[in-house]
Order: sequence, then C-alpha cells, then structure tokens
Amino acid sequence: MIRKFITAGFALALSASSSLAATEITWWHAMGGEVGQKLEEIAKKFNESQTDYVVKPVYKGTYPETLTATIAAFRAGEQPAIAQIFEVGTGTMMAAKGAVYPVYKLMADQGELFEPASFIAPVVGYYTDIEGNILSMPFNSSTPILYYNRDVFKKAGLDPEVAPKTWAEVEDFSRKIVTSGAAKCGFTSAWITWIQTENLSAIHDQPFGTLENGFGGTGAEFTFNGPVQVRHWGNLKKWADEGLFQYGGPAGGDDAATKFYAQECAMTMNSSAGRSGVIKNAKDFTPGFAPLPYYDNVTKEPKNSIIGGATLWVLNGQSDDVYKGVAKFFTYLSEPQLQADWHQYTGYLPITNAAYELGRKQGYYEKNPGSEIALGQITRGTPSANSKGVRFGNLTQARIIVDEEFQALLAGSKDAQQALDSAVQRGNELLREFEAAN
Amino acid sequence: MDTKRTIFPNRMLPYLLLAPQLAITLVFFIWPAGQAVKSSFEREDPFGLSASFVGFTHYARLLQDPLYLGSLGRTAVFAIAVTVLSMALGLVFAAAVNRLVKVGRVYTTLLVWPYAVAPVIAGLLWWFLFNSTTGVLAYFLGQIGIGWDHNLNGTHAMILIIIAAAWKQISYNFLFFLAGLQSVPHSLIEAAAIDGSGPVKRFLTIVLPLLSPTTFFLFIVNVNYTMFDTFAIVDATTGGGPAQATNILVYKVYGDGYLGLNLGSSSAQSVLLMLIVAVLTVIQFRYVERRVQY
Repeated sequence: MIRKFITAGFALALSASSSLAATEITWWHAMGGEVGQKLEEIAKKFNESQTDYVVKPVYKGTYPETLTATIAAFRAGEQPAIAQIFEVGTGTMMAAKGAVYPVYKLMADQGELFEPASFIAPVVGYYTDIEGNILSMPFNSSTPILYYNRDVFKKAGLDPEVAPKTWAEVEDFSRKIVTSGAAKCGFTSAWITWIQTENLSAIHDQPFGTLENGFGGTGAEFTFNGPVQVRHWGNLKKWADEGLFQYGGPAGGDDAATKFYAQECAMTMNSSAGRSGVIKNAKDFTPGFAPLPYYDNVTKEPKNSIIGGATLWVLNGQSDDVYKGVAKFFTYLSEPQLQADWHQYTGYLPITNAAYELGRKQGYYEKNPGSEIALGQITRGTPSANSKGVRFGNLTQARIIVDEEFQALLAGSKDAQQALDSAVQRGNELLREFEAAN
Repeated sequence: MDTKRTIFPNRMLPYLLLAPQLAITLVFFIWPAGQAVKSSFEREDPFGLSASFVGFTHYARLLQDPLYLGSLGRTAVFAIAVTVLSMALGLVFAAAVNRLVKVGRVYTTLLVWPYAVAPVIAGLLWWFLFNSTTGVLAYFLGQIGIGWDHNLNGTHAMILIIIAAAWKQISYNFLFFLAGLQSVPHSLIEAAAIDGSGPVKRFLTIVLPLLSPTTFFLFIVNVNYTMFDTFAIVDATTGGGPAQATNILVYKVYGDGYLGLNLGSSSAQSVLLMLIVAVLTVIQFRYVERRVQY
C-alpha cells in the first residue's frame, strides 16, 4: 500500500515535469567489463539518434542474477521493458506466457520489419518455439572455443601455430607443458556445465536429454550420463589429479580466465565472447585461438558446437508508447553496421547474415586470424537433434546441480559415473517440478 | 507477583503504547510469515502467474530428501561450533579484560570492532586470508603440510564459515560477559580468597554460576544468530558449496527459493526453520532455565 502511494507520487511528479520529454525504456542486462561498456555505448548512440525515446541500460549482475531479478521484479509489478536473459533461461521464459510479449508479435504490432531469415541458422534454430516464431530478440550469441598461450607452447617445445585438435593431444600437450615447466598447468575451463557437458555432448552427437534435448516439450528427461560424458568427466578427474587440468570454479568458472591470463594454465576453454578480454589481458604473451577439442575415437566428424549468450525479452505490463520505442530500438539493434561492430569488438557471433557479410567485405576476418573460428565451429556440418542445443525448464538450477556433482567428482567422493547419474537423477526431479508448475 | 504489576488508569493507554511495536511485528514478521505458510502449501510458477494447492507435498518431499536432511545435520554442526567457539572466546577475553584496570577500555573498544563489520565483509576477509592461491593463512597452512582448498574440500569450507561467523560474534558475547563479570560482587570473591581458594576455583564456583543468566541469554541469541544471520557470510565465502558442504538451512532457503525459483519448497523450508528455532527456544526456556540462578 505504502509503496503504491510512493510510486503514485513519483509518477505524478515525473509526469508533471517530463510530459514533453522522451519515453523511458529500461533495459536490464548482465554485461560487465569491456562488453558492458560497449553495450552502454550502443544505448547512448540510439538515444542520440532520435528524441522520442531514451533507453536506460541497468547492469543487474551475472546472467542468473539478472534472470532472478527480472522474475522478482515481475512479481512485484516493477519489471523492466527489456531484460537480457541467457540461453539457459530460455525454457523458463518460453513457459511464462503471461509475462512475456513475444518479439515477433511486438514487431508486427508496431509495424517494424522483422525477418527471421536474416539471422544466422544456429540462432534461428535455437530461439524459435515449436510454431517457428522467434520469441525474443537475438542480441549476443556465442559458442565456446579454445584459447592457448603461444609463448608457453614455444617454451614447452611445441609448435605455437598448432593447437591441439583432439583430447588426446590436449593431454599430450599438457603433459609436455607441465613436465617442461613452461607452465604450472596444461589447461583450465570456464563453464564446466556449458562447455564440458552440454557442448561436449553436442560435438560428439550424444543426447543431452530426451525429446530432442527438450525442444519437444516439458516432458523431457536428462540423459547426459552416457558413456562419452562419463569418459570425459573421468578424464578430467584423472588430469586434475595429475596436475594437467585445473578447476576454474562453479558456474562461469571465474578463476579459469585468471589462471590463463596469469600464464598459470597454458590453455583455457571459454565463450568466444571472452576474446576481447583475452586480447586486452594477454599483456605478456600472444594468445592463439582454436576450435574445441574432440575425441577422435568417438567421432571422425565432430558436430557443431551449441549456442550460448543471451537474447532480449520484452516483458508485459508496459505502456504502448514504451513498446513502440522498444520496437524502434530492436530495429536499430539489427542494423548490419551495429551488429558487425558489436561482433568484432566483443567476440560474440555475427548474429545476422548481413553483419557477417559486412565483416567479410571489410576484410576483418583476414586481418584478425582466429576471429572466424567460433562461427565456423557453430555452423560446422549438419546439425542433428543432439547438436541443435539444449532447452529445458529449470536449466539454471540443473546447472547448479551439475556443478555440485563435478565438485564431488574432483573431491573424490564420487566417480564419474556416480556423479553424472546423480546429476541426471536430481536434474530430472527439477524437470518434473517444472512440468507440474507450468 | 502482584507487587510487580503496574496499574494504568486509562485502559487504552497500554494498548496505545504497545501499538507501534505490534504494528512493526505485524508488518515485518506476522504478515510475511503468514505468506510463507500459505505458499508452502502451493505449487507456483516462478512468475507468480498460476498457483495450485498441493497440501503437504513440499513438506513430505523435504523430509525424505537426503540433501535437506544433510543440510539439517550441517546446520547443527555449524550452530554448535559457532556458539561454543564464540562464547568460549568471548568469555576468555572478558575475563582477561576484567582483570585489567587501566587499559581495559582500550581492549574493550578493540574487541568490539568486529561486531561493527558487515557480515559480507567479515566473510570476504576470511575468504581472502584462506584463499588457496593468494591467502596468507592458506600459505602458512601449506608450509606445515596442509593443502588448504575450501573450493573443493567440504571440511575446509565448513571450518572457514565457522571461523568467519564465530569471529564476528565474539565481540557481542564479550560485551555481555564483561558486563556480567563486572556485576559479580567483589566481596564474595575476596571472602573466597581469604578462605584460601585459588583464582581457578573462584572462577568456577563463584563467578561462573553468577554468570549463568548472561550465559543463558547469550546461548539463545547465538543459536538464533547462527540459524538466521549467517546468510551473508555463507554467500560471500562458499555460496553453500562445494557440493553443498556448507549449505546450511538458511542458505538453502535462499538458494532453492531465489536461485532455484522453487518458491513452494523454499517457503516450506523457512516454515520448518522457524519451527526448529521456536522449539529450540522453548526447550531452552523450559529445561535449561531451571538451572539458571538469577
């Protein structure tokens, strides 16, 4: 009650003073650091390009924090117009039909041009619903790649031009690096969940869950405790014990980047969007870029890696004026010039075909070796049901479980099979809970 | 008992005087607690768009969930360790300061400082000291052959949050114990000294029994502290990990509700937590207080 009075009072004061001023559009996002500054710049440029609308970006913390903040705000009736939600939250957002204003509908209602075919295939494939509609605005999409330290490779007697292609080579190179004393550890990894479990499954064409990895509906179940995943987790544990692999922590694995920048670990696996950070932080060494490794005795033709990053969701409960502005802003965001700049600066994928073409014409990919690796990897081969991506409700929570079980594995209290079995079983309970609640 | 009663001539006045406190309790405790009880019987989607009544499903599931029962056990370990550690050290410091005549004030001021530190900062401070790559304490432990790693070792993580939580609470206990010690009549201690009992015996047979009301009060306050107020410390240091080794009840309520968006189960957990603390307090008052000498 009190809050209502205060908000009403504020609204009154605001409307009195700013009835002529621009309509404000709040945009909650999860981009910190260099990428966050770039995002602020985009909003600023849009605001300067016209006078009717003002986009206000607000940094809400990590991806999971932004998701929970958005949900909490919606429950309190104070949701932003636009929220940047990571791909893991896609299942949750898609199920929240009453909370979301689908982008394809918004753009049609406001008479703005919106052409799904203009986006690159992996983006369209992941973010459309069963009816083929795009529910949220693609913005920053990425996929994990391998980063390596050329100088340490040289010191260890390895060819700095050649990155490991297979996991056997990763092991072999790491051992050489550690035994030669070129670095303390061979490799580390951000996102154990996304990179070493979800992407590993996709690349080796292994199912992560039933019903086409959850794309077929909320009745799906996790099945990522298959032989390839078990073997890989078992290897990671073995390599950790030998000192070849160092754990970078749960969720995003914040320590992984630090270990790589400090040249403690010679290789790391992280989102392609880590590129700007790597280039900025690799002060005393030259970084190299390569696709993710695979097991050549499991597959000779590795599948495409899967998408990460985030899209922009529009939330219900705003005025029509605001939605008009949001649609205009989204059209602005889709411009090839802006997309290409964002992609080239951050390392996110060029999400529209036009942005990629533009970059090619500019000669960007020739001038920046390695910058095309992520796109090449995510569009490699013909996607199968197992490599289209993973989409489950409560996936944020399931990832917390996967992290916990991985820690149990490294601590030695479970072996790889037990850890993955337990993660699948606990994850399935979450899926049933989600199915019942939606 | 009648002699203690105060008679108000105006019948409304006592209610009026109580009203602000009651209003605060109603708005900040009874109402949210009621909401929690209500949603503990419901299954709701994260956005609050639909809710259905599910009876005791959440409670039944929790009581069978090995992770919840594990959390219960960990909370007991944590609560006992923090309470014992912080009260024992608080008493030791208080007894030491009580013997000082001139510089007592200075020590008191210094010892109270940690209480002014926000729990998050307290947590971060110890997290830094024990950080396995950069921490000073972790370095010294490494020198004596203990490879400290609270990111993967559950026992280490538990020790870390116990130390951080106890460290913050020592000040509070110290202040109350000091006040308690200063109210012990000198004549009793002098009489015992003349009768030939040493400082240890005097402390055990005279000071400690006279301190029992303070001890009892602190005991309840400390248990409540560990159950409810240690959230920020856990959040800043271990985040409940590794593999839930430090996921104490209050943090699990947050994790399952806010991060996990499972509001029904989270509400059921907070109701259970409330009940646990209520029952503990009743037990303490009924059985422990009988032994207290005022």
